[in-house]
Amino acid sequence: MKNDDFGCMISKSEPGPGDGGRTGSWRVQRPVIDLTKCIPAKTGKAACFTCWLFCPDAVVSKTIPPKIDYVYCKGCGICAEECPSGAISMEDESSFIHDIMKENK
Amino acid sequence: MHLIESGNVAAATGVKLSRVQVVAAYPITPQTPLTEKLSEFVAEGSLDSEYIPVESEHSAMAVCIAASSAGTRTFTATSANGLLYMNEQLHWAAGARLPIVMCVVNRGIGAPWTVWNDHQDSISQRDGGWIQLYANDHQQIIDTVIKAFRLAETVSIPVMVCYDGYLLSHTYMPFDTPDQDKVDSFLPAFNPINKLDPENPSNFNSVTLPDVRPDVRGNMAPGYMEIRHGLHQDMRRSMDVLQEIDQSFFEEFGRGGNPFLEPYRCDDADHVVVCLGSLSYHMRDVIDELRAEGTAVGVMGVQLYRPFPDQAIVDALAGKRSVMVFEKALSYGNQGALYADIKSALYTCTERPLICNHILGLGGREIKTKHLYDAVKQSCENPETMGDTPRWIGLKCQDNG
Repeated sequence: MKNDDFGCMISKSEPGPGDGGRTGSWRVQRPVIDLTKCIPAKTGKAACFTCWLFCPDAVVSKTIPPKIDYVYCKGCGICAEECPSGAISMEDESSFIHDIMKENK
Repeated sequence: MHLIESGNVAAATGVKLSRVQVVAAYPITPQTPLTEKLSEFVAEGSLDSEYIPVESEHSAMAVCIAASSAGTRTFTATSANGLLYMNEQLHWAAGARLPIVMCVVNRGIGAPWTVWNDHQDSISQRDGGWIQLYANDHQQIIDTVIKAFRLAETVSIPVMVCYDGYLLSHTYMPFDTPDQDKVDSFLPAFNPINKLDPENPSNFNSVTLPDVRPDVRGNMAPGYMEIRHGLHQDMRRSMDVLQEIDQSFFEEFGRGGNPFLEPYRCDDADHVVVCLGSLSYHMRDVIDELRAEGTAVGVMGVQLYRPFPDQAIVDALAGKRSVMVFEKALSYGNQGALYADIKSALYTCTERPLICNHILGLGGREIKTKHLYDAVKQSCENPETMGDTPRWIGLKCQDNG
């Protein structure tokens, strides 16, 4: 924190995962992608990526298949709402308790 | 080149000479001719600027915030309730440290509805983190607008240039228009300290936690209090910058020299009248008359209201017998805001003058020279009896006081 020049003491940060903390812990429901319905996964083509486009936290990757970073995904459900092929379902976070316990080991 | 034009045209000419890049404004009396003139400049091609018509003053300031964040030199103007409608965005612009320049063409605030002049609009915004400069005539309007851009951009703080509605905005006076090439060398192109840059993406002014915390790279990022402390410190430091800018303007254009306070016949005065805006020039007639009658009295206009030049106030007023603050605004339920600020500045001084407060001209109530003369004369003759309660000048239908 330096204050040598005017206007340097401002709220400015680099965008990146983790700027808001590990927001994955906020999640009550988890988006899960059914790869048999997902357009890029099904066709093997770099197409659609509606989930990547709409995710407000940039935690969906623009890859084939798209992947969700659960460390930062808050579980807002926008991807599931927007997916044109209904490939994303919101499932209770509690049903993943074993995975979560494994992650925390 | 000399022009004989209105105060609003003086302001618009200053904005044009400053090569502003974005103007977003909503018309409101008595500011309207200023924004009309700017839109004419843009339409005829003499001002290369984006003129963005908006549906409200709140939107005007929101557009200015966006344009300034993108690194452009940005201007708007408003009056009275229009300024109040911007309120939330005004605080944002200051906290975000955006060097927007805005003319506030001073007008009283409704209710009851009024379109005439007083200072309640800009005074009500004194605590928001904007620098406030007051111009007393047309020459000061055009000069102050040009200086305001350089000040705002040097210190990254938005600046209001305030001048009296009608008394200055709609009256015609001769003023000198600086040459464009001289203004260009005085005011170089805006080189923003921070801006939105697609090559280097940043988050600005997102939720900032109460405490400091590491950012994504592990560097310690300031918390809300550090950022607000920075604004305050930079406001205080901007007084030195204003002094330098005024000096450099004086060297280039031969005008200026009193960026904080403008004293008139104060040096040997026992009594000093203090006021904001064109009232301080009106008051000079009264000072001359009382001087001719042998009363040692002067008047001091306050050009810089925020940051408050408290040390300059103390230097100017310590040792005087009395100080009279005449104000076209009021902190309702207390006293005049300027009066309270001056009284507070004088608290620590050992040779403390007697001080009194006069409220006048609200909602454009005519200020007669005779009223000023009587009030100043009475205050000079019996400064001990004036008391701390504001006295209302020109009040009818009830007892004065």
